Amino acid sequence: MAQTGSVLERNGLGVTARRDAWWLQPLLVFLGLTAFGVYAMWAAWQGNNYLYQAHGAYYLSPFYSPDLHVLFGIQLPFSFAFLILWIPLGFRATCYYYRKAYYRSYFLDPPACAVGEPKGRCYRGERAFPFILQNFHRYFFYLATLLLLSLWYDAVRSFFFRDPAGQLHFGVGVGSLVLLFNVLTLSAFTLGCNSLRHLVGGRLDCFSCSAAARTRHKLWSGVSLLNLKHAPWAWISLFAVGFADLYVRLCAMGVWHDVRIF
Amino acid sequence: MNEKYETHEHDVIVIGAGGAGLRAAIECSALGAKTALICKSLLGKAHTVMAEGGVAAALAHVDAQDSWRTHFQDTLFGGKYLNNWRMAELHAREAPERVRELERWGAVFDRTPDGKILQRAFGGHTYRRLAHVGDRTGLELIRTLQDKGVHQGIDVFMECTITKLLKDGERVCGAFGYWRETGRFVVYKAKAVVLATGGIGKCYKITSNSWESTGDGHALGYEAGAELVDMEFVQFHPTGMVWPPGVMGLLVTEAVRGEGGILRNNQGERFMEKYDPKRMDLSTRDVVARAIYTEVKEGRGSPHGGCFLDISHRKAPYIRQKLPSMYHQFKELADVDITKEPMEVGPTSHYTMGGIKVDADTGASTVPGLYAAGECTGGVNGANRLGGNSLSDLLVFGRRAGAGAAEYANRAAPPRIDQTQVENAAGEMIGFFDRPGAADPYKLHVDLQNTMQNLAGIFREEKDLTMAVARLEDLQRRAAHVGVVEGQRMYNPGWHLCRDLHNMLICSQAIVRAALLRKESRGAHSRLDFPKYDEYWGEHNIVIKKEPDGMKVQARPVVKVAELIPLVDEKKAKETK
Amino acid sequence: MSIRTFSVWRGDKNGGRFVEYQVEVEEGMVVLDAIHQIQRTQAHDLACRWNCKAAKCGSCSAEVNGRPRLMCKTRLDALPVGEMVRIQPLQTFPIIRDLVTDVSWNYQVNKKIPPFAPRPDASWVMLQQDVNRAQEFRKCIECFLCQNVCHVLREHERKSEFFGPRFFVRIASLQMHPMDSLDRLPLLKNEAGLGLCNITKCCTEVCPEDIHITDNAIIPLKERVVDRYYDPIQILLRKIKGEKASHAGGK
Ligand SMILES: Cc1cc2nc3c(=O)[nH]c(=O)nc-3n(C[C@H](O)[C@H](O)[C@H](O)COP(=O)(O)OP(=O)(O)OC[C@H]3O[C@@H](n4cnc5c(N)ncnc54)[C@H](O)[C@@H]3O)c2cc1C
Ligand code: SF4
Ligand code: SF4
Ligand code: FES
Ligand code: FES
Repeated sequence: MAQTGSVLERNGLGVTARRDAWWLQPLLVFLGLTAFGVYAMWAAWQGNNYLYQAHGAYYLSPFYSPDLHVLFGIQLPFSFAFLILWIPLGFRATCYYYRKAYYRSYFLDPPACAVGEPKGRCYRGERAFPFILQNFHRYFFYLATLLLLSLWYDAVRSFFFRDPAGQLHFGVGVGSLVLLFNVLTLSAFTLGCNSLRHLVGGRLDCFSCSAAARTRHKLWSGVSLLNLKHAPWAWISLFAVGFADLYVRLCAMGVWHDVRIF
Repeated sequence: MNEKYETHEHDVIVIGAGGAGLRAAIECSALGAKTALICKSLLGKAHTVMAEGGVAAALAHVDAQDSWRTHFQDTLFGGKYLNNWRMAELHAREAPERVRELERWGAVFDRTPDGKILQRAFGGHTYRRLAHVGDRTGLELIRTLQDKGVHQGIDVFMECTITKLLKDGERVCGAFGYWRETGRFVVYKAKAVVLATGGIGKCYKITSNSWESTGDGHALGYEAGAELVDMEFVQFHPTGMVWPPGVMGLLVTEAVRGEGGILRNNQGERFMEKYDPKRMDLSTRDVVARAIYTEVKEGRGSPHGGCFLDISHRKAPYIRQKLPSMYHQFKELADVDITKEPMEVGPTSHYTMGGIKVDADTGASTVPGLYAAGECTGGVNGANRLGGNSLSDLLVFGRRAGAGAAEYANRAAPPRIDQTQVENAAGEMIGFFDRPGAADPYKLHVDLQNTMQNLAGIFREEKDLTMAVARLEDLQRRAAHVGVVEGQRMYNPGWHLCRDLHNMLICSQAIVRAALLRKESRGAHSRLDFPKYDEYWGEHNIVIKKEPDGMKVQARPVVKVAELIPLVDEKKAKETK
Repeated sequence: MSIRTFSVWRGDKNGGRFVEYQVEVEEGMVVLDAIHQIQRTQAHDLACRWNCKAAKCGSCSAEVNGRPRLMCKTRLDALPVGEMVRIQPLQTFPIIRDLVTDVSWNYQVNKKIPPFAPRPDASWVMLQQDVNRAQEFRKCIECFLCQNVCHVLREHERKSEFFGPRFFVRIASLQMHPMDSLDRLPLLKNEAGLGLCNITKCCTEVCPEDIHITDNAIIPLKERVVDRYYDPIQILLRKIKGEKASHAGGK
């Protein structure tokens, strides 16, 4: 009988007996979120090329929706996207899934399950500032829902093309599909929100005790279904929104040509 | 008094924290007795946690015709009329109330469409009768009782094994044990003791039972002078897993058949048609176990020596909802998807009908101050237990034994501990450490299990049983030499096993001797040399008692209740038709 | 049949080391089978807990190759072949001996949770949809793997201010029981330390009963606490309607 090893250790960054690639997932999440963050900042900073109007199309980048320019005619010394983007940013930052993702990959708290954390930090969880603010997630949800309505408007609008005479006609361009995909995934993400799940029915203890409760149970079940896949929707919608902006931007810049399918 | 060892004093101590022990302790403490609950494992891990299918109670939620009378009749028919009638009566009458009480304590059973406790069909029960929670009913039961108990102020002593009951003259006055964690000894002083230590499964090689089922209560009671009854009846559950080897014996709940599962041999025949055309797959366990055994023996078994049990004709989501742990058990341990393929199953030693003989109403044994409840008692089940009747037994008689003990403690004089008994008990445990060249307890255990499996299993006969008697005597001699080969007193399973062997040997001997005496086949006891019912034995139980010159085995008439004779006759007439 | 090497932590609170054992393995064997074989043939005094061998009792928790697992549910053929299997006790609880740890803290926590208390007017008519949530939580077998892996306990050692996922599950089962009358939200917010959980989901990852601990228990409880203590609109509405605080968040 050979003998190996010593007394068990714990504490200290990365200390673990795990032998699988536990670091892979936090690393991918870190890279994914960082890449998106950098792109989104850049795109918001631009303040132009967010609207594609050639060939009668009307594609608005989701980063710039609603179009405050058109709506209120405001002129700012900086891109108006910053007036909008804090909402989805706050929504995602306080989302229960993203919290898990960035606590793990940015704060290493913990980096992965049964893996050690950096030593000597004072851990306060979500009980103290700043993370106590996570409790206001539902307010971001309310705001994000308003934005979602605006995105739905944009998506529907993108299916109508203006002919030279100024008349609107139904049509389908690749860009319309991109915007539709964007708003569908965003809806799937938003409607799977844990706060929504609570508000529509989760807060009840009895689902059958009144007619209202029975209806709310149905809603709750629906939200629960989406909620099961909240993490995938979070990523798909993140990708979709970034891609939608990129698509509109490239078209608007003339780098890419939108194709009318119908 | 010199208190050399850690000592605790209570009105009542309950040994065993399965369903029976917990229910007893709750009742005791509710009646104002200072109560201790002692168990070998952590709280909530007792065998009861593994019970799957359900608890039998004539609630009549699903089949409105059901009543305690039918439940009583079914239990007696299942037990081949050897049951203690009064126990069977109390059991059938009180089970519904005990189940409702669990619900009021927070248990969450599966529901009927109109919001009541749902009940499912089970072998031998005329109506759909088993209240259940998927296939984890035991967990629900134990967790509910556990939470009720700890918040009621019961003192719990976990991972403490009792090795001896202490006596003050005729009466029991406490118990001696050791802490598994430290190996230190501990003395419990009490006015009354309730035994609720569960079964004896570890005497057999293929068993659904855990390491705890070493018949401690049977042996403790026997050594304290209590009578044991019906020890020859060991239930082989027809459906245990047969593959892979590591999980051989692991239970496949009868609920699989309750939900429509079908048994087939390797020819694809639904062979229960031959053995019990009326009840088919849901016949009583003794019949089904023998049927499978016979099919395998005659060459119609499955590849790993069992038969096939198929539920895949039911819809996959239904199976996953109703039998979730079976689904996972097969998926993870045997790579079998039960929603698509049949399972392979074979008989496994599961439950002992026999045990300490108690008074039906109070759970009192024949020793003053000693009470018992649950699987370690005998009587309610007779020659064969119906599925689901154990969990209800735990609740009904756990409560009664608890009340009986509390009531006794109320009027009993303070206990006096005899220090020499304590020293003897301590000496026995220490003794395992100073046996140079000690024999290996694990090896002895394997030999014991093989002996019981091969010579006192499903089918028995004179020559096997006499051989078993001789082998057990030999094992008994060898047991005097087992000892600790390695390690100290702290959490040393090898040491613990040395003592457990002692208990298993007592139980094995009781089983074999009773089996030898019962010259007939009845319920779970099948003699190849006496394949028929015998009139005399149909009226007699076998009682075992420790005498100065060893184990005494004798027949005793079945305990009947005059008012119930019409009910029993009605059932007999119906079944012979 | 083949031979595999197991490296098992042996020792007690004063220290210990990994000891290697060679075990003949058969098809379908689980880690607990190997431990039993070592116990039977090579180390009679190897301490480990087990009962059911069927993932029903939650006794055999340990860390296999660094991952918290039930030993009776961990198939050897699911572990990398040709590599040593390393088994160590749960890290978050004090060692007793070998693979056995002192989990008594959990039992003390459980005692602090007010038990089920039915409403006086309870009808006991409950539909399946009303009990589904509680039933999921009541599947818990108290293996304490979630308690072991939770970094609040494991890394930050906050046993005095944090009940841990197992007991959030338990509180959820009571709080969402249609017939229960008690209000455990103040307990959750304060003594139980729900706010210390940062929903990083390791508990859910290890739960052998597949309980969605975070999504179905912890997050809904956090939302109920928000209703009561943080959401200004809810608080205002309660003021206007003159409802008692205990009506928020269920009950
Ligand atoms: C897999 C399986 C499934 C089953 N399914 C069902 C079912 O669906 N329906 C049904 O009705 N029945 C079922 N049964 C049978 C039923 O579960 C048992 O008969 C019943 O749980 C026994 O309960 P008990 O309280 O008597 O003892 P147990 O639950 O076995 O508890 C024994 C207690 O005694 C303690 N103990 C033992 N010896 C000592 C000692 N020396 N010192 C201190 N403490 C000691 C143990 O630690 C334990 O706490 C099933 C059994 C098995 C094995
Ligand atoms: S989700 Fe919360 S309770 Fe679960 S492991 Fe993470 S911090 Fe602990
Ligand atoms: S919640 Fe899951 S992981 Fe936690 S103790 Fe219960 S069964 Fe184990
Ligand atoms: S929880 Fe993710 S959006 Fe609300
Ligand atoms: S032994 Fe019961 S869970 Fe593993």
